[in-house]
Amino acid sequence: MTRTALVLGVLLLAFLLALPAFAGSYLLSVATLILFFAYAGQAWNVMMGFAGQLSLGHSLYVGVGAYAAGALFFHYGVGPWAGIWLAVALCVALGAVIGFLAFRFGISGVYFALLTIAFAEFTRIGFDHIAWLGGPGGMFLKVAQRDTIDLASFRGPPEMYYYAMLALAAAAFAFCAWLLRSRAGYYWQAIREDEEAAQALGINTFRWKMLAVIISSAMTALAGVFFAFYYNNLFPEQIFHISRSIEIILGPIIGGLGTLFGPILGAAVLTILADGITEILAALGWEIPGVKQVFYGLVLLLVIMFLPHGIWPALARRIGLGR
Amino acid sequence: MSWELVVNVLVAGVLTGMVYGLMALGLSVIFGVVRVVNFAHGEMMTIAMYAAVIVFAALKLDPFLAVLPVAAAFFVFGYVLQAGLINPFITRPEHSQFMLLVAVAIIMVNALLMIFGPDARNVQTDYQLESWALGPILFDKARVFAASAAVAAAAALFAFFRFTLTGKAIRACADNWLGAKVVGLDVKRYYALTFGLGAACVAVAGCAMVLLVDVTPVLGPAYTLLAFVIVIVGGLGSMGGALLGGVLIGASEALAGLFIQPSAKSMFSFALLILVLLLRPQGLLGKRQ
Repeated sequence: MTRTALVLGVLLLAFLLALPAFAGSYLLSVATLILFFAYAGQAWNVMMGFAGQLSLGHSLYVGVGAYAAGALFFHYGVGPWAGIWLAVALCVALGAVIGFLAFRFGISGVYFALLTIAFAEFTRIGFDHIAWLGGPGGMFLKVAQRDTIDLASFRGPPEMYYYAMLALAAAAFAFCAWLLRSRAGYYWQAIREDEEAAQALGINTFRWKMLAVIISSAMTALAGVFFAFYYNNLFPEQIFHISRSIEIILGPIIGGLGTLFGPILGAAVLTILADGITEILAALGWEIPGVKQVFYGLVLLLVIMFLPHGIWPALARRIGLGR
Repeated sequence: MSWELVVNVLVAGVLTGMVYGLMALGLSVIFGVVRVVNFAHGEMMTIAMYAAVIVFAALKLDPFLAVLPVAAAFFVFGYVLQAGLINPFITRPEHSQFMLLVAVAIIMVNALLMIFGPDARNVQTDYQLESWALGPILFDKARVFAASAAVAAAAALFAFFRFTLTGKAIRACADNWLGAKVVGLDVKRYYALTFGLGAACVAVAGCAMVLLVDVTPVLGPAYTLLAFVIVIVGGLGSMGGALLGGVLIGASEALAGLFIQPSAKSMFSFALLILVLLLRPQGLLGKRQ
């Protein structure tokens, strides 16, 4: 990361830290959502952007993480600080199983992507039939009063959730910046560019790809825990749905795959775009179901056609930055 | 549980599976030649189903007669989609193609939602309630017609690829696009032609399927996933595999619905997909690369 990028990062962080002082509750909820997708996108980016393994089933880790911590709280009153460990452990185990099976049997590219979809869909339908977790009717966490901060059970005002998500997103950014410059980061990039060549150079591609899956699934599990305690209701149909996986990966792809600022920029652009379209359509009185998503799809189409590498690389070139 | 019930359910599942197979055949042909996974496949299927519903409502034209104009329209649509939108993406990385088709799929689902609303639509003909009895086993007329249409369309496609010069040219592009280019084939035009044919398959499958189920916009993503499962099980790029996969998935869905729970039926399809990917990633009839 260049000096300019560092300054830019610090400025962005300062702005985000100060945001609750002047933002209203609506803006704060939008900002929290942006940070959520920036974080989840950063996690997915480790696997696809760094190591080149296309996962289309990251909703699996969000969902399992959310349900693990949510169930502990719902059934036993155990707060998220213990739930995190269960969520991470389960997601790492799942990621390791999927990664092991896929990489051991030489499954890659489109086939790997479809395998990840299959696991997520299998789990979605499975959770519909687990009565202990609420089944298709959903699981609802008790919503406590919101004006005081209760850190033990992670209950409090919107500002608390905002700062928690900001801390997660900032930590993920720093972690990914470090990862990208670590030995693992260079090995991943070698694998991403040409797996056979990487192997020929003596890189144990299986081991490093496994590491990417494990880190990515562990990070995504935390997004799930946050989701459970922020939204307080979990439905298999929503949380495991393939459209959730797509939401997660749109940010990094639109923002710039494999870059550090890409997932953040992409999440911001997409969330603001979606909300902006809603506002404009409401102002015009065009509130027909589906209109919003049609516009969203059109913008997506234009971005992918004209900015194949995402917005950030194009922007970074403009303002004279590296990645 | 009586064996008659099981056999009846199985027969219905296999017949529906043939229509699934034709839908998946479209996906398989497109992937086999163009090497692009059509993530908007199920969405195209629902558009075809709505087309059959509209034609039926406006002209009282039976879906089996509506097949011809709908398939022709879909052929043109597929051709234009490939020539205008997807051809520039064939040299781009997989995630880029994926994003493009996801965007197309999002537009399709929601355009249908805008136009038709979320309510289910269907087609009502007099033969939908009739059936032929062979001893204790019942064959629904609508299902038999739908399956026959699917098999006929698949056979026509097989014949086209095997016996016509254009079919041969398309196979050449699939086997070796550089070689095809060297001998003077306009590869991109054949890609567009192939996408058109794949879309026409979907159109026939959609017209047949509308006799068996009610259509809603949200069916699209579910059919996309179903088509993926079928072609992976049968072998991505293998034409016979798509039909075999369709029948297998149709039968397993029907039996899972009977023995376990209807809502759990696609869970078995995905379990089957995972097993096939792990044990035989090239699919049942696919060739190892």
